Amino acid sequence: MVIKEHSGTRRGDDIGTRSARRTRDDRTPPSSGAPTSAAATSAAPVHAGAAAGAPSPRGLAIYLLLGTLFGIVLTKSEVISWFRIQEMFRFQAFHMYGIIGSAIVVAGLALRLIKRLRLRALDGQVIVVPPKVLGNGTRYWVGGTLFGLGWALVGACPGPLFALLGNGVGVMLVPIASAIAGTWAYGALRPRLPH
Amino acid sequence: MISPVLRAFVEPWPWYVAGPIIGLFVPGLLLVGNKMFGISANLRHACAVALPGRVEFFRYDWRRIGGWNLVFALGILVGGAIAGQLLAGDAGTNIGPAARESLAALGVRDFTGLMPRDLFSWAALATWQGLVMLVGGGFLIGFGTAYAGGCTSGHAISGLADLQLPSLVAVLGFFAGGLVSTWLIMPLLVGG
Repeated sequence: MVIKEHSGTRRGDDIGTRSARRTRDDRTPPSSGAPTSAAATSAAPVHAGAAAGAPSPRGLAIYLLLGTLFGIVLTKSEVISWFRIQEMFRFQAFHMYGIIGSAIVVAGLALRLIKRLRLRALDGQVIVVPPKVLGNGTRYWVGGTLFGLGWALVGACPGPLFALLGNGVGVMLVPIASAIAGTWAYGALRPRLPH
Repeated sequence: MISPVLRAFVEPWPWYVAGPIIGLFVPGLLLVGNKMFGISANLRHACAVALPGRVEFFRYDWRRIGGWNLVFALGILVGGAIAGQLLAGDAGTNIGPAARESLAALGVRDFTGLMPRDLFSWAALATWQGLVMLVGGGFLIGFGTAYAGGCTSGHAISGLADLQLPSLVAVLGFFAGGLVSTWLIMPLLVGG
């Protein structure tokens, strides 16, 4: 595990060299060869990335740092404000649309670049964005509408819920707890729900 | 008297600063560890940690699959604390006069914090309106996002950026639900 991570970091350094990458493509399988877990074979897999094992504490530190940055941005841009969400759903300001819209544009351009250059993650694996399957779309419009009802009632979606807790709004523990309960209820009912 | 640099951090950030930074989390997480940006998976991980029971949806190795994301969520909390404590400029939200006027007409009196304090407090849980907003709203968030397979980050940002049609359907649902709550349900709850 440790050895693999070390070599992965080294390989991550030469992301720009195209020929070297191609030769590696031939011997590196697109995903880990580990047997597929129950979660991976279920209809709604959790995106595991290509990593095979649990990340080390040092590997997790970067996610703590990125999450912290995200929490700061959400707070400083007032995305976590109930008033801003109300303003958005009342079409009374461009602020939230500007944030979500420019985030999509920037992320979209970056994704195109990543795919075109066939960039690799730090661990050396080729970056893959798993496509979602529409099916008849039921889960997306029904689930999406239910989520939207809750989003406007609480005035926060999951990311802001955590940021609000950090901002000292202790009562946000209640919607967080009931959101976990809601997810659990979905998990229990899932075999009987149309998707 | 604070320096202009510090002032830039203390004052609210405009959309054209915050939006692109948020967008960069999508390639950032992919490049760092091949992870898809999406917060609501943490609700599922929390179930897998605390009470998987015999529900197949929660029986997976959450440390391996969700460990990074749970740490990311913890970071959001820390970031909220840092921004709220150290980078807080003027309290309150700088919504425009139009929104302020219609919310006041709705019955909102307190515009000083991140949310109307009388609606979002422990005491509010004793009222049916508070229960609907905090408990009911939270439940719908958790149920809906698990059903749809993503929330604002996973579908609206990651999914739309990747031009995924299912995400567009989900986001249209987000807005349909949000408009119903805002225009039809909220008037019954606030100031009613």
